[in-house]
Amino acid sequence: MIGSSVNNLVEVRNVSKSYHRGSQLVPVLEQISFDIAQGEFLALMGPSGSGKSTLLNLVAGIDYVDSGKITVGGVEITTLGESELADWRAANVGFIFQFYNLIPVLTAFENVELPLLLTGLSGRERQEHVKTALSLVNLSDRMDHYPGQLSGGQQQRVAIARAVVVDPAILVADEPTGDLDRVSAEEILSLMQRLVADFGKTIIMVTHDPRAAERANLIRQLEKGLLVTDSKPPLQASCS
Amino acid sequence: MFFLKLIIRNSFRHKLRALLTVTGVAIAILAFGLLHTLVNLWYLGVEASSATRLVTRSSISLVFSLPISYQERIRHIDGVSGVGSMNWFGGVYISEKNFFPNFAVEPRSFLQLYPEFLINDAEKQAFLLDRQGAAAGKKLAAKHGWKIGDRITLKGTIFPGEWNFVLRAIYTGAEQSTDETQLFFHWAYLNETLRKTIPRRADQVGLYVVSVTRPDMASEVAQAIDATFRNSLAETLTETEKAFQLSFVAMTEAIMIAIQIVSYLVIVIIMVVAANTMAMTARERIGEYATMKSMGFKGGHIAATVFGESLFIAMIGGVTGVILTFPAAHSIQAELSQFFPVFRVSQTTIALQLSASALVGMVAGIFPTWRGATIRIAEGMRRAG
Repeated sequence: MIGSSVNNLVEVRNVSKSYHRGSQLVPVLEQISFDIAQGEFLALMGPSGSGKSTLLNLVAGIDYVDSGKITVGGVEITTLGESELADWRAANVGFIFQFYNLIPVLTAFENVELPLLLTGLSGRERQEHVKTALSLVNLSDRMDHYPGQLSGGQQQRVAIARAVVVDPAILVADEPTGDLDRVSAEEILSLMQRLVADFGKTIIMVTHDPRAAERANLIRQLEKGLLVTDSKPPLQASCS
Repeated sequence: MFFLKLIIRNSFRHKLRALLTVTGVAIAILAFGLLHTLVNLWYLGVEASSATRLVTRSSISLVFSLPISYQERIRHIDGVSGVGSMNWFGGVYISEKNFFPNFAVEPRSFLQLYPEFLINDAEKQAFLLDRQGAAAGKKLAAKHGWKIGDRITLKGTIFPGEWNFVLRAIYTGAEQSTDETQLFFHWAYLNETLRKTIPRRADQVGLYVVSVTRPDMASEVAQAIDATFRNSLAETLTETEKAFQLSFVAMTEAIMIAIQIVSYLVIVIIMVVAANTMAMTARERIGEYATMKSMGFKGGHIAATVFGESLFIAMIGGVTGVILTFPAAHSIQAELSQFFPVFRVSQTTIALQLSASALVGMVAGIFPTWRGATIRIAEGMRRAG
């Protein structure tokens, strides 16, 4: 759990990132700065190649900035080494992927248990945590099923249970509904909204889907590596 | 425990691939074990040789014989405790395919010099008393269905004619390495016949076997024997039984080295095949490794999973190969006992087989382990997508 007294959970300052493509240096993000408040549900939108997934990776600590600074919960993660960053991620970040990324040879229960292996909890404690997480996503009756025996929506719910089981302060989701049908996507988005509303989680979601983005509290648009607009989703904007 | 479970389940994720890899390793380890046993067998005579026995032969070549009169002169040399003579007879039983070693010996001294050939007292007496008597190894007798009292006819190749013997004794080996596929008969019977048919070849022996009172006297006694017959018509060359056996092995050493190289090549080939399989496996799972890393697992965790899987598969194959070696060795011995009288898989061979399996697993796991441990998460995620 991130222990910080600051209002902003995430502070991104002048972050730039580029990739080498052969001998060419391709800029992906240029001088990006923004904040994410504790308990915010942020949607990052933009066309393909705009840099939204790269920005998500940088905030989640799975990629490195070329320049700039990212602070999460008072920890400047851009100064951490690989091993420190791994420890930080284990305690503070939960990941939700487009294709669920469950380990196929492990049951739903074991997939959710996986991140807890790094916590030093006893077997009994891990079991309790896993059961709680699976009941949160309403999959208590499927804990012995392997991913191949679950539908796409169910797999994504297992992935969400895995993401929240260590009680991280920040959840990052890369196209979490991109591989789901309409009904399953709605279920997942509702679940994510519940995590923010009931459990105070902070979620950063990359999406192409405007309907998914509408569930967020705030939408940020990226274009060609630049943050172009911030906006409230239409429904929430009309309420405020 | 969790990681062990993950390793085991990952190992059998692609059942056909795992089965083929395990089978490949098992066959390679089986082949390695059999070839290694074969090479060991080749040196078995050397290992079984006694430190207190010397062999005296013609200094020109083993083909040339020595006079029987040398026996008493050797017996009187200081440090000699016993002397026996042997002639390679080279007889054929029914046809050439039934090859087995057969020697003309002086039975009393021979049995004293070779205590590893065990014969019960009644049969020993019968063998000693019958000039046409023969003693055969247990395996040889079993192979041809011989019983005590049976008449055995050998066709002479070095000593022409048909030679009839009566089986008076069946010996067993005191050691596992003792050859039980030989036949011995009285040199006196051979000599009597030669006196009548080819007198110039009578009263000759192929070699003398000399026992010394103490092993440390072997060199001194050997020199004394050769000095005794220096400048005679038939000069001698005396060496330890081990050196004598080694001189035979040396003739075929190149073949043995070739077999050894082949046995190691088999391991190298399966190593490459297993490495390819593991690399393929790791490539398919890059996304999973990246996912685990994103959760906070470090390179060491991933490395342990990949390396463990490689080692696990190789060891299953290795243990299967070791288990299969025993029935395979048994079959070889049953079918080819005339060439391989003792085809025993040694503990050293088993240890080498298991070590080779572990080596296959470790080497096959190096590249995928490195790949899995060092994969950048963002890159791995892209591949997973």
